[in-house]
Amino acid sequence: MSMIFGVPLAVLFGQLLIGIINGAFYALLSLGLAVIFGLLKIINFAHGAMYMLGAMVTVLMFDAMGINYWVALFGAPLVVGTFGVLIEYFLLRRIAGQDHIYSLLLTFGVALIIQGVLINWFGVSGLRYTMPDVFKGGVNLGFMFMPYYRAWVIVAALLVCFGTWFVIEKTKLGSYLRAGTEDSQLMQGFGINVPLLISVTYGFGVALAAFAGVLAAPIYSVTPVMGSSTLIVVFAVVVIGGMGSIGGAIITGILMGVIEGLTKTFYPPASSAVIFLVMVLVLMFRPSGLFGKEA
Amino acid sequence: MNQSANSTDIHKAIVREQAAQDRKKLILNGVLLLILLAAPFMIYPVFLMKILCFALFAVAFNLLFGFTGLLSFGHAAFLASGGYTTGYLLSNFSGLPTELGIIAGTLAATVLGLGFALLSIRRQGIYFAMVTLALAQLVFFFFVQSGFTGGEDGMHGIPRGELFGLINLEDNLNMYYFVLAVFIGCYLLVQRVVSSPYGQVLKAIKQNEPRAVSLGYNVDRYKVLAFVISAALAGLAGSMKSVVFQLASLNDAHWHMSGEVILMTLVGGMGTLLGPVVGATFVVNIEYHLSQGPLRDWVDPILGGIFVITVLAFRSGIVGEVQKFVRKNLG
Repeated sequence: MSMIFGVPLAVLFGQLLIGIINGAFYALLSLGLAVIFGLLKIINFAHGAMYMLGAMVTVLMFDAMGINYWVALFGAPLVVGTFGVLIEYFLLRRIAGQDHIYSLLLTFGVALIIQGVLINWFGVSGLRYTMPDVFKGGVNLGFMFMPYYRAWVIVAALLVCFGTWFVIEKTKLGSYLRAGTEDSQLMQGFGINVPLLISVTYGFGVALAAFAGVLAAPIYSVTPVMGSSTLIVVFAVVVIGGMGSIGGAIITGILMGVIEGLTKTFYPPASSAVIFLVMVLVLMFRPSGLFGKEA
Repeated sequence: MNQSANSTDIHKAIVREQAAQDRKKLILNGVLLLILLAAPFMIYPVFLMKILCFALFAVAFNLLFGFTGLLSFGHAAFLASGGYTTGYLLSNFSGLPTELGIIAGTLAATVLGLGFALLSIRRQGIYFAMVTLALAQLVFFFFVQSGFTGGEDGMHGIPRGELFGLINLEDNLNMYYFVLAVFIGCYLLVQRVVSSPYGQVLKAIKQNEPRAVSLGYNVDRYKVLAFVISAALAGLAGSMKSVVFQLASLNDAHWHMSGEVILMTLVGGMGTLLGPVVGATFVVNIEYHLSQGPLRDWVDPILGGIFVITVLAFRSGIVGEVQKFVRKNLG
């Protein structure tokens, strides 16, 4: 077996693959954050909780009603997205005119409630979700073994990322969204229902997080606390990439996943910290972020 | 002539009014001090010290959040670095006077705060919150992996030792009065900082940063200094906490703790001096009483609920609302 810096190639590729998959999750999550930030100008601290809800809903729908993976792939984001719309409508909207810090704190409080309640119901040990049979097994690519499900995660995440990019950059709805980002009052003046647009945007951003949750359910342990630590990493990813562009969020997400995977191969103790260290470097040498426009 | 006599009268009246108010304040403060001095004879001193430590933590946080408008989501890092440093020194160098251990812990948090500040002020608004949160997570990982903290187990049996080599701090009453003295000193310091010209600039930055810049203030330097003072006091709170409980653990470094101090400040009233103290007392009591009752598993969701209700319904917090009420009905 060929080696590189004392690490077998198969191990290296294996970690790279895991890195790309983690990166796909980072990309999906930071994309949702960026979409919400664009119109609402808030950072959704409940994003990790929504990701977790997506995974929990998938497991619970299967356990309680036997709803399969493919339905959950659309159903869970729909359920969680609707939940998000309700949160926007009943809570966030009430403090829309206030300092954005308050909405941030509000979503933090919401995250505490969701996570705390679910810990009480399900504990922190984690639920099991069996992978659909189609995805069992994998294919030998010659240089490494590729489990089918992992390949599917990458494909699905990329599809959704580029779909979102397409909707926002190339469609009429997306042009409303971008216009709302620039000047929502003027948009209102043109007769566009901005409050509705805001609700839908929040719901959509949250649904993206839930979609990531569904993808995660078969490979990660599904627990009420799975969201909070992931969210902090995603924050670092967002700081590194800047939220200026949708494409930037996607590229940075995957890049950071890969860097994390490489660190795990060559120097495991630093793997949980490496993204934060990259963030420190970016802040020192390129404070507005790799793709950022703002100061 | 007549007019000037009139204006002197008015002036005298204002001075008299001012003196009367000062006297009222003095009496109020005196009563508060008496209560604090007598409290350990009625309430378990360790519980009171817990409140005082968290109150200091919240006062420190409020200097940054309430008065400068910077929302740090990483203050747990300072609480923990103060606590761990003090704990490590007192555990490993027997005979070290306790006050030196506490000073060292405070210094460690100060240096860490300077590092945080220099990095995080490069981003504004919500990015600032995210950067501080991420940096604190980095510190958390460091504490998890480095051996001296005891990892998941934490640091146990930190000796309280003696203050100035004279006063035995193993005695809860002695410890209480020491913590109280430090707390009052820090509270007065923050009061002084806030009312100083420097503090006025901080408020200006909070209200309108571009204007403060255009007036020629080097805004970043003001922010960094505010951050460092805040981190130092948070570290001091952590140091004292580790001495009081003879324990330093990862709980103090977790993001949850950063959220808790935000809640304390918000509930008590951000941007008021007394608010964080009231908020800390409130939150510590709620947590304690919930943990004793049938709702002990529901502490987190309840805290989250308080967060949501405070943000939605009374953003000025307890002290802020009381002030509003007094101004409206009694002023």
